[in-house]
Amino acid sequence: MTKLLSPARSKVLFLGNEAIARGALEAGVAVATGYPGTPSSEVIESLAHVASERNLYVEWSVNEKVALEVAAAASFTGLRSMAVMKQNGVNVASDFLLHLTASGTRGGLVLVSCEDPGALSSVNEGESRYFARMLEMPLLEPSDFQEAKDLTKWAFELSEQIGNVVMLRSVTRMSHASGNVICGKLPVKSRKAHFEYDGSVMDSSRGPMISTPVVAKHLLHQQKLKAVEALFEKSPFNRYFGAAKPELLMITSSACFLYAEEAIEMLGLQKRVGILKLGTTWPLPPKLLEKHLRKTKKILIVEEVMPFLEENVKILAAGLANRIAINTFHGKYDETLPSAGELNPDIVAAALCHILKVKRKTLPANYLSDSQKAAALIPAREQTFCAGCPHRASFWNIHNAIALDGRKGFVCGDIGCYSMAALSPATGYHTMPTLHSMGSGTGLASGFAKLAQFGLDQPILTVCGDSTFYHAVIPALINAQHNRADITFIVLDNAGTAMTGFQPHPGLAISAMKEAVPAVDIAAICSAIGAKVALSDPFDLETTRKILTSFLADKGLLKVLILRQACALSPEKKGKKIFDVKVNELLCLGDACGCNRLCTRVFRCPALTWDRTTKKAVVDEVICAGCGVCASICPQKAIVKTEASL
Amino acid sequence: MKKQLLSNTKNLILTGVGGQGNVMASRTLAGMLVDAGYIVTIGETFGMSQRGGSVMSHLRISPDSVKSPQIPRGGADVIVALEPLEALRVLTVYGNPQVCVMSNARPVYPIGVITGELSYPSEENIQVAFQRLSKAFWIIDATSAALALGNPVLSNIVMIGALAKTGLLPIDRRMFEKEIKKTLAADKCAVNLKAYDAGGEMIK
Repeated sequence: MTKLLSPARSKVLFLGNEAIARGALEAGVAVATGYPGTPSSEVIESLAHVASERNLYVEWSVNEKVALEVAAAASFTGLRSMAVMKQNGVNVASDFLLHLTASGTRGGLVLVSCEDPGALSSVNEGESRYFARMLEMPLLEPSDFQEAKDLTKWAFELSEQIGNVVMLRSVTRMSHASGNVICGKLPVKSRKAHFEYDGSVMDSSRGPMISTPVVAKHLLHQQKLKAVEALFEKSPFNRYFGAAKPELLMITSSACFLYAEEAIEMLGLQKRVGILKLGTTWPLPPKLLEKHLRKTKKILIVEEVMPFLEENVKILAAGLANRIAINTFHGKYDETLPSAGELNPDIVAAALCHILKVKRKTLPANYLSDSQKAAALIPAREQTFCAGCPHRASFWNIHNAIALDGRKGFVCGDIGCYSMAALSPATGYHTMPTLHSMGSGTGLASGFAKLAQFGLDQPILTVCGDSTFYHAVIPALINAQHNRADITFIVLDNAGTAMTGFQPHPGLAISAMKEAVPAVDIAAICSAIGAKVALSDPFDLETTRKILTSFLADKGLLKVLILRQACALSPEKKGKKIFDVKVNELLCLGDACGCNRLCTRVFRCPALTWDRTTKKAVVDEVICAGCGVCASICPQKAIVKTEASL
Repeated sequence: MKKQLLSNTKNLILTGVGGQGNVMASRTLAGMLVDAGYIVTIGETFGMSQRGGSVMSHLRISPDSVKSPQIPRGGADVIVALEPLEALRVLTVYGNPQVCVMSNARPVYPIGVITGELSYPSEENIQVAFQRLSKAFWIIDATSAALALGNPVLSNIVMIGALAKTGLLPIDRRMFEKEIKKTLAADKCAVNLKAYDAGGEMIK
């Protein structure tokens, strides 16, 4: 039996995302959808794993907007459903979300956004809490693992009670942290789906699901939110910890609550500092806030990343100005806490020390100085393409083709592991000077390509991964073709959504629930659009270079090169070497070779290192994945590959 | 080694380089400790950071409550490292005069070292730093032991076996066996137990 289906009352170690999945199961979720994105992916993955046992429908949708639409359809028929995504996924879903909050929902519908303060696995630290305010929907934020489960379960009930979407927000340090959870009951009965649409246009439980008449429905929507406020006043997920009259009150939510607790404990400030932990962060319950704001004059608001809570508390406090004396607020606005990046117990402790004029115990001076001396010896460990990564070979090819062409061409980047080509240590090839959201590389390339009339004479290339292609690239590609944009568009097809853990996408013949499904072919789509299409294996340097060179010379049209080679970490490849690779020490000329250490200085594979005593290249057999590409780059043919014995 | 019950929170940091089995090791340890009745909180970073970067898991082992998934600076009780440079990196941030360090001996060179732009500290310098910055430390060649068992990724289990032998945590072989029987396919349990034992043998 899988851990996710543990019986009621059992105490289990759950990843935050597993706790969210368990909460959904306890609420009787029937349909769960999402698009993979760190730190959100494990919610859908773990539900997919139990789909047949629990009679669920679980899908990896093509993108977040479609994920929410699929989940909403289930809600319209009375089923409970959820859509799960990372922070910027909510941006993708937001157009539908605006209209969905206006039409209302039926069966409990929960939008889960797992966010990444500090951008540990993102190229942004955007946050979706502002959507809750902007689109007027309730927002819940768990601050430990038990709450991650319990709040998720309650989110479905709340959504059903008010007939609208409820947003649950987690962060990396909650979603990707683990802790003990006591399981509740799993429901036995399931609901039957039926879509009722004959009722009046103002009856969201029986009528059509539409956002018009807009003003009348907007007012109805706002009344529902008022009802939520009243429920939040009594919510057990909002709790106060500390003395009746503390000197300082911290108001916090999410993982920041755990940092706040730890900071108080570290400094021994239990008697001086109280914590108001909020599990319901929009709309704020005004009476509860008033009660606690009266406790003291000094308030510190601890949150990640934007001052969302701080702003909302201040707005409430301004409204209460004639009843309570205005408080002193510390937080992001007065720079007591940093305005960017994630928090931790040390940062919160420093803020407490600053406000309360206390000192934290430090380590002995000689220890600190020895520690600093040791730290000076430590080289940075930059992210890089893995040994055997097809992207390294692809970018080697792209870099060489651009260099050979000589017109200072460049690659518009996109989102995936290949984004690392924008960092110089990853490849050192410096080919990717733009990097934005999913699909934006192709849109930007389409735009750059139309600037010839203003004198732009550089060749324009762009890359995207296979999953990204389906997610957001197709409209931009059609735009490029329709507007005669001369771009070389390269699909880095590594056979799965590799960066987030090999979730299937529409190009594969398997679904999230491991059922056989039709694969949608990238080459066929590109051909149908009217592009010139070629296919190559990035490990075949010779063929790939020839195609790229001819594409750059072939002006005035849209060219597509699909570079297909599975990710080195993919389940079918991991641990299996195609080649045994060794350096023939007799052939390697070391520093005397005119190549200037092309293999280690430029190619940059973690498995191909430089032996400082022999001053020659050497392959680390523990790390080498056996792709054999390095054998093709050595001018001395000193790197030798032989078919691996199985 | 006889199990001792913990009265205070123990903070353990497990560190290494992406792909070394760090996450699996921390979940295995945590599973054993939850089974023994502790409240365990694990803070992890994985995702992009796996791609050749440093990977770190923070384990908070408490007799009674959930803790922050990030250990404060200077707050580690035990550091277990699958790679020596990563041991040093964690030690200089989370170390204190009472910390104990268990490190694998085999380096994985950062890309900046491979290109020649940065240099990797010498074995001797690493040892001196361990000596100055910890109460006790062990450096074992877990990768070689794992390679002898047929798969370098078993070095994470070798490290768990070695850690258990030190008595720094209330864990033993029976708990390990019970845990892997829950989480691993049956045919993988035997070699993992061998790796665990190989680790124990490396601690005198």
